[in-house]
Amino acid sequence: MSGNSVISTSALDLVFETNDGPVHALSDITLDIRKGEFVSLIGPSGCGKTTLLRVIADLEHPTGGTITVNGISPHEARLKRAYGYVFQAAALFPWRTIADNVGLPLEVMGLDRAERDARVTENLELVDLAGFEKKFPWQLSGGMQQRASIARALAVQPDMLLMDEPFGALDEIVRDHLNVQLLKLWAATHKTIVFVTHSIPEAVFLSTKIVVMSPRPGRIHEVIDCDLGDDRPLEVRETPEFLKIAHQVREGLAAGHAYD
Amino acid sequence: MIRTRILPILTVVAAIIAVWYAFAVVLNAPFERSAAERAGETISFTEIVPRTMGQQRPVLPAPHQVAVEIWETTAEKSITSKRSLIYHAWVTLSATLLGFMMGTALGILLAVGIVHSRVLDKSMMPWVITSQTIPILALAPMIIVVFNSVGVTGLLPKALISTYLSFFPVAVGMVKGLRSPETMHMDLMHTYSANRSQTFWKLRWPSSVPFLFTSMKIGIAASLVGAIVGELPTGAVAGLGARLLAGSYYGQTVQIWSALLVAAILAGLLVGLIGWIGGWLNRRMGVREARA
Ligand SMILES: Nc1ncnc2c1ncn2[C@@H]1O[C@H](COP(=O)(O)OP(=O)(O)OP(=O)(O)O)[C@@H](O)[C@H]1O
Ligand SMILES: [Mg+2]
Repeated sequence: MSGNSVISTSALDLVFETNDGPVHALSDITLDIRKGEFVSLIGPSGCGKTTLLRVIADLEHPTGGTITVNGISPHEARLKRAYGYVFQAAALFPWRTIADNVGLPLEVMGLDRAERDARVTENLELVDLAGFEKKFPWQLSGGMQQRASIARALAVQPDMLLMDEPFGALDEIVRDHLNVQLLKLWAATHKTIVFVTHSIPEAVFLSTKIVVMSPRPGRIHEVIDCDLGDDRPLEVRETPEFLKIAHQVREGLAAGHAYD
Repeated sequence: MIRTRILPILTVVAAIIAVWYAFAVVLNAPFERSAAERAGETISFTEIVPRTMGQQRPVLPAPHQVAVEIWETTAEKSITSKRSLIYHAWVTLSATLLGFMMGTALGILLAVGIVHSRVLDKSMMPWVITSQTIPILALAPMIIVVFNSVGVTGLLPKALISTYLSFFPVAVGMVKGLRSPETMHMDLMHTYSANRSQTFWKLRWPSSVPFLFTSMKIGIAASLVGAIVGELPTGAVAGLGARLLAGSYYGQTVQIWSALLVAAILAGLLVGLIGWIGGWLNRRMGVREARA
């Protein structure tokens, strides 16, 4: 385990006991994520991406192996609010305004009103939602709602973001736009980000490391390093380096699938 | 607005009144026939019809008789008079409201306990359900008599019967409502390491508000029934139940029907009021209107 490793798992195993018998969701996951890395988890449906993210977030408990987050157990890390979690859906509370939704975790943390307001304003600006404080979620488009949910995760000021297909439900134009914004945010703050996606271009565009997973049982097929430099305009997706890595990921996915 | 909402309602009301008149004629006609027979006359149908609508103690009073009675016992009597229906309605209403508030509070408390404790979930729910299988008509006299024997009379015993009837829909609705948050929202609170009370006030409680109002609508109607039933066993002197009872002692069917109608109107108003408050709260909570 290196000194600046933020998430470290070794031989992680997770079996769900269901009515149809056990489901081996994670098998022998050994992974090291260092501070400031942008790591994408990619793989076919059911390969355990969400489950792995939930284990890191202490929403699911492994049945074998070890995992540390910031050197402590995921449970302790959660209590210290080490991460912000972004779900596939925006999961905003419909009865709260956008500002109150972003302020929700801050209320739970017990911050005073002034501090809350300051952080809400700051993070809504960060995701380009200044001026929408008083709107209710249904008054915003899907992309804006998802941005609000990212602002909500950032408001906690975590060193780590766990994102489960945050842009999966959005159209490609909005998605591109949010990818650029997310990358900017990451470049500015150098938070550690673990990002689940189904999209190869998205993974290659965003990540410094791509974890290719394969299903039944969910395991890591290959880890691909991927660094296109800190400054990446969308056009980087037409460069040979980009296409080479994308090709490598595609091969990995195909090979992982060929097992069954 | 007028076309889409008032018109259908008026049509239904007109149909009900028409059917009501028809039944009044059919049910009251035998009395007129036998009266005519005794007098040695024979009367035709067209002679019977007007007479069936003006009897002193009809089997079924005609709508206008009930309307006149209601008018005379509301608008033309001082509110404090023992013959004022408004006075009697208020007596029943106060027991209804007190019982309803206690029932709602009890129902919410039970639901909170059931949702937060496995033990309570397993142990309370069967009792809550069993409690409602006991017919209220059997239980009400016992409650009233027991309280009377220890010197508690009037409002409270009646209100307790209302409580007994109204806590159930609220408890059941609130258990459902407090359990209604999506898994994702619960997980979200979990990632914030929110404690139980934070999860309750910030997520479970607001999620349950629509369920609360739906079950309160049922609860308040049940409360009104409870208060009226509570007035029957002791031969109470005031309240809509007392009017029903007195009416049936003396065969005053017009009085019975006006008390019934006033009770129905009261129930409608109460349910409507709660629905309106619920809708207002929903809008304040920013929930999208169904036809925005
Ligand atoms: N709570 C649960 N109980 C039982 N089985 C589960 C549970 N959660 C996930 N699984 C199973 O574990 C496996 C991995 O699921 P997971 O949601 O992690 O996949 P995923 O890679 O995120 O898929 P997707 O791309 O469709 O989101 C699947 O077979 C799924 O059915
Ligand atoms: Mg998933």
